[in-house]
Amino acid sequence: MGNNKRVLLSFAACIAVYAVMQSLISLDVIGSFWQLNIVLVCINIILAVSLNLINGFTGQFSIGHAGFMAVGAYVGAVLTVKFQLPFLVAILGGAAAAGFLGFVIGLPTLRLDGDYLAIATLGLGEIIRITILNIPYVGGASGFMGIPRYTTFAWVFFATVFTVFFIRNFINSTHGRACIAVRENQIAAEAMGVDTTKYKVMAFTIGAAFAGVAGALFAHYFYIAHPASFTFMKSFDILTIVVLGGLGSISGSITAAILLTFISAALAGYPEWRMIIYSLLLIILMLYRPQGLFGNRELSLKMFGRLMGGNKRGTTEGN
Amino acid sequence: MEFTFTQQLLQQLINGISLGSIYALIALGYTMVYGIIKLINFAHGDIYMVGAYVAFFATTTLKLSFLPALLLAMVVAAIVGVIIERLAYRPLRYAPRIAILITAIGVSLLLEYGGILLVSPQPRTFPAIFQAQVFTFGNIVVNSQQVLILAVALSLMVILTYVVQRTKIGKAMRAVSFDTDAARLMGINVDRVISITFAIGSSLAAAAGMLVGVYYNSIDPLMGIMPGLKAFVAAVLGGIGIIPGAMLGGIILGIIEAMVSGFISSTFRDAAAFAILIIILLFKPSGLLGKNVREKV
Repeated sequence: MGNNKRVLLSFAACIAVYAVMQSLISLDVIGSFWQLNIVLVCINIILAVSLNLINGFTGQFSIGHAGFMAVGAYVGAVLTVKFQLPFLVAILGGAAAAGFLGFVIGLPTLRLDGDYLAIATLGLGEIIRITILNIPYVGGASGFMGIPRYTTFAWVFFATVFTVFFIRNFINSTHGRACIAVRENQIAAEAMGVDTTKYKVMAFTIGAAFAGVAGALFAHYFYIAHPASFTFMKSFDILTIVVLGGLGSISGSITAAILLTFISAALAGYPEWRMIIYSLLLIILMLYRPQGLFGNRELSLKMFGRLMGGNKRGTTEGN
Repeated sequence: MEFTFTQQLLQQLINGISLGSIYALIALGYTMVYGIIKLINFAHGDIYMVGAYVAFFATTTLKLSFLPALLLAMVVAAIVGVIIERLAYRPLRYAPRIAILITAIGVSLLLEYGGILLVSPQPRTFPAIFQAQVFTFGNIVVNSQQVLILAVALSLMVILTYVVQRTKIGKAMRAVSFDTDAARLMGINVDRVISITFAIGSSLAAAAGMLVGVYYNSIDPLMGIMPGLKAFVAAVLGGIGIIPGAMLGGIILGIIEAMVSGFISSTFRDAAAFAILIIILLFKPSGLLGKNVREKV
């Protein structure tokens, strides 16, 4: 049907983007600095979209995403360095470990809601980091060094595409609808027969697993996994991307990930001003557009058509 | 000198109480703000840093003695707290909770990195205001800073309790925290009460900042992050929104941390605080002194 055609078209578009980017990288048009940033963009997209599933679509406010990323990074690194396993196994292993941890952690903590859940996830993220810090097997405080650089543009790009498609399809499935129902009104969802705990834990587990994927890719690009890369500041960074793009908007998360990574790269020459501009941006955005760039809508060709056509509906809906 | 188990326990208890009273001072600001506008004020830990720096410049550049420097730090921090509330939080009073939480994170980052820009990221040595005296009781060591911290913290808590329980503004604060809309209908100027709450909370954090400077002799622009989070844990532990709870939670957290670093390993100190947080959230989310409020549908 029409849906299949759209999926095929999007895949074709992804392949085209990949082909263009890859050839630009191969022909050295894109220098190493921008290559690094493109890889970072992709990793940030994976993180933001997976966090958006938890925060935006299921409405469970989690700010410990960096902890799951750390688990993915370390498990992936252990698999390639200590067990000499192939990269794909490391990514899947990292995802499985992070997902399992998300499941175990999510089961009890998701009974909490609102601020309490936020602060509990923040605490859990820190506990994960401090635990890693105290395991000499993975390098402890000095970090896990000597990780081979397996992450290439192709790996991150297709991992990102897979993440986005997986989560988009999940949201459009029965399970995803149930998650949205939980976000909109937990009591009403429960009354309609939605097992709220099950869907909250499901979203949390999937989100955590993809954070693990991002972690494994991250560690295998920078040769090192260091506990200091996974502090709650990293979780805030991811949260910022999600909120900037709009809670409940996948295209919003993607746009915001691209935007923020490049702003951050452009400001790299002024390290003392970088975080100040970043924080001011955050405050001003929240003051003037608290629902994020896209609200909970998706960017689509239809939206462009509406904007071009000057149809009033497109603008009034934005409020 | 042989350290017996009891002696070490007592020693860690004393260390824990002095550390804990600092957490308690910061936790008070968290709990008051949360009690009134239900906001986890992430910037609170950075107000504590601002207080420490004001105290630092007051004692070094202005050559003030302890009490005037403490007062100056508290006043400046109170003003900073009120300005932050006015500019960043008040416009978002009716916005979604997550928006105001993100704003608080933004303000926190702004204070941290603004601090780095203004006063350089290098840690500074806080001047020794007092001749450090050491009192020994048997094998247990208590130094004058610990006595000072405890004295200042306790007197501030007594003053705060008096203000909240006995004065008109305290009554207004309790009314707003109990039911904001009803309080407004009774003619209470809610915005003013919120400003005053921020002023009081921030000045307590500044006092904690100065005390930490005196105790550890070192301050830096990012010093507020960890104590800020831990003070929040303390506030949750005692029951968020409950003032005696914050004091109790702070002291308990301080003692547990001192015990963990004394008997297990100091690297697990921070993890202990968060583990307590998770445990308390899972088993008694309303905190030690909190009452269970049944959720109405």
